[in-house]
Amino acid sequence: MTKKQKKVLYRIIIAAALLVVLHFLPVDGMMAFVLYLIPYFVIGYDILRKAALGIVRGQVFDENFLMAVATVGAMALGVYEELQGGDGEFVEGVAVMLFYQIGELFQAVAVGKSRKNITALMDIRPDYANIENENGELEQVDPDDVEIGTVILVQPGEKVPIDGIVVSGSSTLNTSALTGESVPRDVKEGEEIISGCVNLSGLLKIQTTKEFGESTVSKILDLVENSSMKKSKSENFISKFAKIYTPAVCIGALVLAILPPVVLLLLGRPAQFPTWIIRALTFLVISCPCALVISIPLSFFGGIGGASACGILVKGSNYLEAMAGAKYVVFDKTGTLTKGVFEVTRICPAAELLAECGENLEEARRRLLEYAAYAESYSNHPISKSLKEAYARTMAEDETPEARQEKQVAIQTGQVLQPGRVTDAQEISGHGVKAIVDGKEVCVGNAKLMKSMGLSYEEACDVGTVAYVAVDGAYAGHIIISDVVKEHAKEAMEGLKAAGIKKTVMLTGDSKAVAENVAKELGLDEVHSELLPGDKVEAVEALLAAKGPKEVLAFVGDGINDAPVLSRADIGIAMGALGSDAAIEAADVVLMDDNPAKIALAMKIARKCLWIVYENIVFALAIKGLCLVLGALGLANMWMAIFADVGVMVLAVLNAIRCLKVK
Amino acid sequence: MKKTYKIEVDCANCALKMEEATKTVEGVADATVSFMTQKMKVEFADGADEKAVMEKVVKACKKVEDDCEIFL
Repeated sequence: MTKKQKKVLYRIIIAAALLVVLHFLPVDGMMAFVLYLIPYFVIGYDILRKAALGIVRGQVFDENFLMAVATVGAMALGVYEELQGGDGEFVEGVAVMLFYQIGELFQAVAVGKSRKNITALMDIRPDYANIENENGELEQVDPDDVEIGTVILVQPGEKVPIDGIVVSGSSTLNTSALTGESVPRDVKEGEEIISGCVNLSGLLKIQTTKEFGESTVSKILDLVENSSMKKSKSENFISKFAKIYTPAVCIGALVLAILPPVVLLLLGRPAQFPTWIIRALTFLVISCPCALVISIPLSFFGGIGGASACGILVKGSNYLEAMAGAKYVVFDKTGTLTKGVFEVTRICPAAELLAECGENLEEARRRLLEYAAYAESYSNHPISKSLKEAYARTMAEDETPEARQEKQVAIQTGQVLQPGRVTDAQEISGHGVKAIVDGKEVCVGNAKLMKSMGLSYEEACDVGTVAYVAVDGAYAGHIIISDVVKEHAKEAMEGLKAAGIKKTVMLTGDSKAVAENVAKELGLDEVHSELLPGDKVEAVEALLAAKGPKEVLAFVGDGINDAPVLSRADIGIAMGALGSDAAIEAADVVLMDDNPAKIALAMKIARKCLWIVYENIVFALAIKGLCLVLGALGLANMWMAIFADVGVMVLAVLNAIRCLKVK
Repeated sequence: MKKTYKIEVDCANCALKMEEATKTVEGVADATVSFMTQKMKVEFADGADEKAVMEKVVKACKKVEDDCEIFL
């Protein structure tokens, strides 16, 4: 509790105690009025002051005004009844003020608490950076003061404060604060490291490559902190609504206080002014719009906080709202649905090679890959790299885990191949490579190479880039290399369909055959292939024009050369954004890791959040409406009015906090 | 030019009022007040003197909501 809140708490306790004491004091008449004024002022002086200031400054209709009028009215009524010789009631006015303050205090504490929870969830701000001083001792400095190129130390358990490159040490990193992904990531010397990760095992020395302000962690913090600045339609609706609503109920109350008694008078019956004034005051207390005004931004804030805990950064409440209504999802292929790296996906040895290996398919495949990998051993082409990697993997398969790990390192450095086995390697530009492997002439290349050698070859057995292999002038088989679909891509499509997405579309610059193959595998509804970057914008615009006015189109890309499309779509979702500034800038929603299944999760969070917002709007308006009617008819008293105001607000706040929880 | 200020305000409705008031101050192109993050973001009009404008903003906010604080 803050100091201010504590002060209110003391006032509440004092006023409540005074009320109890007064209840048992045998005082009557005007004396009672004067005594009841003491707790009334203790609890309500600030409200009265604010209301008076409001009137002076022309800001008449606010909740302070409503409360002041209602309670002053109730007190005045008591005095009026005393003067009439009746039995005046003063408890009500004080109680209304008391309960109003209790409600306000509760709200302030609850909101403050959930605000703290949410910010704690998003708090990845590193407090310090360690640098080594001249004496070799560690010194903690403000990350803001660290210059580019400085070597900083990160001990196990500490956050990486600034982006950089590991100069010594190796460790595992916990990236869950950034990605929501719980599997640790390995880093070693020479690798890039991003700020915000937590170092789990070893000591790391990092040479910084960016200033703190430009580092990933600062960018993300900035984005998250500004997210609640962009207001959603529902929030704007409520602020407009509150502007009309408060004056409207004030006028309503005035009419309720004057019209019925006047009508009664005209009909020649007793006017019953006090009854109608009480009803009008009750009406005022009920009508406070706080429940709506507070719970809606809180719901969105909770939703954004919950999403960011899962590695989904939403740049504003408006985007969260839009996510909930997404009906079309357009994907970029490479890097979004596929890994964007080439891997050997199929090896098809020719019949001759198979016969040579005694019809052992596995052995024939291994041998074909071995020839290709060795022939390509001096090439740095991405395709030869994937051939070498695939070969090294098969080599490592039948060994112990430790040996395999060693081999994995060796693959990357190309050491798995024994250099002595290859001689006379030469590149045949535009065709492939030729080399002598174990004394045999091996040619690896495209269909053109086979044609130029006058060899007959089989049509490729699958879609992708094909490397044909010839050994000693005879066709030996072919290897298919293609971009691999991400593990979670299919799950993501199913998740989206289950979430009620009307259509999933894939856009790609790749060839038709490859695109259609991927689309079929994943179950996408529509494919546009062989597109240039500019064509993608046009394709998205065509889709935008074709959809219904209330339907939302989301575009999912990896932020590399699709920034124009990201900003053109209703919502741009960038994925695998760790380290990619362009994606963070251009997109409205950023998925920190590259798991496309998070899109469906983001939609789920958005829908839950919006559902809670609607629940609160409907619930608050319904209860208030009901109580207003009951109050006008004289069926609801002040106590019920207090519930309609404070109770509804408390319930709405509690409901809003549910947004934070993501299952 | 945009700048963010830390604020202290007790109720969401008051934050709304502060936002409205800030928007009408001369030299302010746009403003948003977030009750949740307790922050105020002000976009200044071209050529506006930031300090003078913020003084006026504080005054305007105090007028609509006595109980608010803006940390310049």
